[in-house]
Amino acid sequence: MSKVIFTSSEGAVTEVQALPGDSVMESAVRNGVPGIVAECGGSLSCATCHVFVDEADLAGLPEMEEMEDEMLWGTAVDRQDNSRLSCQIKVCEGIDLHVTTPSTQL
Amino acid sequence: MAGLLIIGSSQAGVQLAVSLRALGYEPEITLLGDEDHRPYQRPALSKEFLQDKITKESLIYRSQEYWDDHRITVVKGEWIERVRSDEGGAGVAFSATGREFAFDRLALAVGASARRIDTPGNELDGVLYLRTADDALELKARVSEISNVVVIGGGFIGIEAAASLHSMGKRVTLLEYGPRLVRRAVGEQTSEFIRAHHASNGIDIRTGAVAERIVGGADGRVAGVVVAGETIAADLVLVGVGVTPNTRLAEQLGLEVENGILVDRYATASDGVTLAVGDCSNLPNPIPNSPAGERVRFESVNHAIEQAKVAAYAAMGRQEEYGGMPWFWSNQGELKLQIAGLSTGYDRVVDRSPADPNKLSVLYYRGEQLIAADCINVPLDFMMVRQALTKGVNLPAEEVADPAVPLKSVLTAHDNPAARDNPAAHDTQGK
Repeated sequence: MSKVIFTSSEGAVTEVQALPGDSVMESAVRNGVPGIVAECGGSLSCATCHVFVDEADLAGLPEMEEMEDEMLWGTAVDRQDNSRLSCQIKVCEGIDLHVTTPSTQL
Repeated sequence: MAGLLIIGSSQAGVQLAVSLRALGYEPEITLLGDEDHRPYQRPALSKEFLQDKITKESLIYRSQEYWDDHRITVVKGEWIERVRSDEGGAGVAFSATGREFAFDRLALAVGASARRIDTPGNELDGVLYLRTADDALELKARVSEISNVVVIGGGFIGIEAAASLHSMGKRVTLLEYGPRLVRRAVGEQTSEFIRAHHASNGIDIRTGAVAERIVGGADGRVAGVVVAGETIAADLVLVGVGVTPNTRLAEQLGLEVENGILVDRYATASDGVTLAVGDCSNLPNPIPNSPAGERVRFESVNHAIEQAKVAAYAAMGRQEEYGGMPWFWSNQGELKLQIAGLSTGYDRVVDRSPADPNKLSVLYYRGEQLIAADCINVPLDFMMVRQALTKGVNLPAEEVADPAVPLKSVLTAHDNPAARDNPAAHDTQGK
C-alpha cells in the first residue's frame, strides 16, 4: 500500500491509502476526496482531475504524454510547472505522493 | 424516517446522492440499483474495459467506506416492480425479491435500456447488446472464441465496440442503416472522418446497410448476417441501435412521460415533487437561447451530472439553473473525439483541422454564434470552445479559421468580463 496526501487550495489535508496500480485520481474519487471531479472517469478527456504535484515527488513521475500536455492547457485553474492530470499518475508500491488540488476543476 | 429513495444507481443517481450530502441534506438517502454490482461507470464498457486494459474495480464509483461515511445506503440487485406514492410524494417501492422501500420523496434515475432489434434470427445465441457490466462481461467471455464480428448500429456504442474488437484482432463489419455514422451527434464532415479512419484501418463499414436476417449454425449459435443478399460471416453480432428511456415506474405513478419522464428546469416531474434525472428524463433545453418550449433528452455523463446537481438543489428547496454547456467524449481506437456544445441547428461550419490526417477540428455556428465543436485528437480546441461556450464568449468565425491561430488567443481577446453573459451557475467543489 502507498499513501496519497491531498492538500486542498485552502490547506485542508486528506490522506488516503492507495492501491499500487490505481491512479491518483481513482484514489481520490473512490474515497470522496474533495477537489477532484474526474468527469470522464480517467479517459483523459475532461481535465477535471488537475493537481499540482509536490516538487519533491515530481521528478519521480514518468513524463507526461502529449495528450495530457495538451489537455492541461484547458484546466479551470491555469497550469503551472508542476501540474498533472491525476488520472495519468499511477500509484507505485512504497512511494507516497503529495499533491495539491486547485480551487476549482470546473 | 424513510428519507429519499433514489431508484437507479448509475451516473445520475450517484451524483444526486453525492451532491445532496455536499449540500447538507440530512434525511436518509437510499441509492438503489437493479444490477448486482456496486454503482459503477458505464463509458469504459465499450472501450478500455472491453479491451482488458482496466479492471472492473476501476469502474466502481466509490468505496463502501465512502457510502457509509456519508450515510448513503447502497442497495444492489433489486428490481423495482411496483411503486406507489401517496399525497405529498411519499410512498413505497416494491422489489421483485419482495422487499419494500418506503420513501418520503422519490428520485427516478432509472436510465434507459438498449433498444432491441426484431430482425429475424435476433434470438440466436451470440447476438449481444452492450449497456451493462454484465453485457460487457458476457462479451468479454466470448471474445477469445470468436473471429468475425458484425456490429449492427453506427452510433457511439457500435463504433467504439467495433474499434475495440478490431484492435483485439477481430474481423469487424459494421452496419449502419442510415447514410452516415453517428448521425444524431455530429456533422457530416465528422461522420466521414470517422468512417474513413476506421475503414482505412480495416473495419468494413457499410452505410445504408440493413441487416435483413441473422442466420445460425446447427448449434443454434449465430453464423452470419444477411445484408443485401450477401451473407457476412459472424461468430458474434453486437447490436447498438440506441436506447429507450425507462418510464415504466413513472407511468405507474401517473407522471407525464413522452420520450422520457417529463421534468421542469429543476428536474421535477409533473407531480411537483418526484425528481427524475439522467437518461430517463426529458427536460426543457437548458442551453441559453434555445427556442422556447423546446425539450430534449440527453444521453451523456455530463448531463447526468449537471442535472443531478440541479435535482439536489431542488430537494433542498432551492431553484438553481443547469450549469455549464453539454459536452461529450468518445474514444474509438486512436480517435479521441470530444464534442463541446450541441451542433443541432447549425448553418455554418468552420474547419480548422490541423494538417495531421488523424486530427479534426470543426466549429459549428448558427448565424454569428459559435454553438459547438467536434474535435478529434485536438483536445486544446475542444477545451477552448468548451470554455468559450460556458463563459458565453463568442469566437467569431473569421478569427478561428486558421489552425495556426490558437483559440485561446481568440478567447482571451473577446473575453470581456463586463460584456459576458451569465457564466456557469455552479462552482461546486469537486465532490
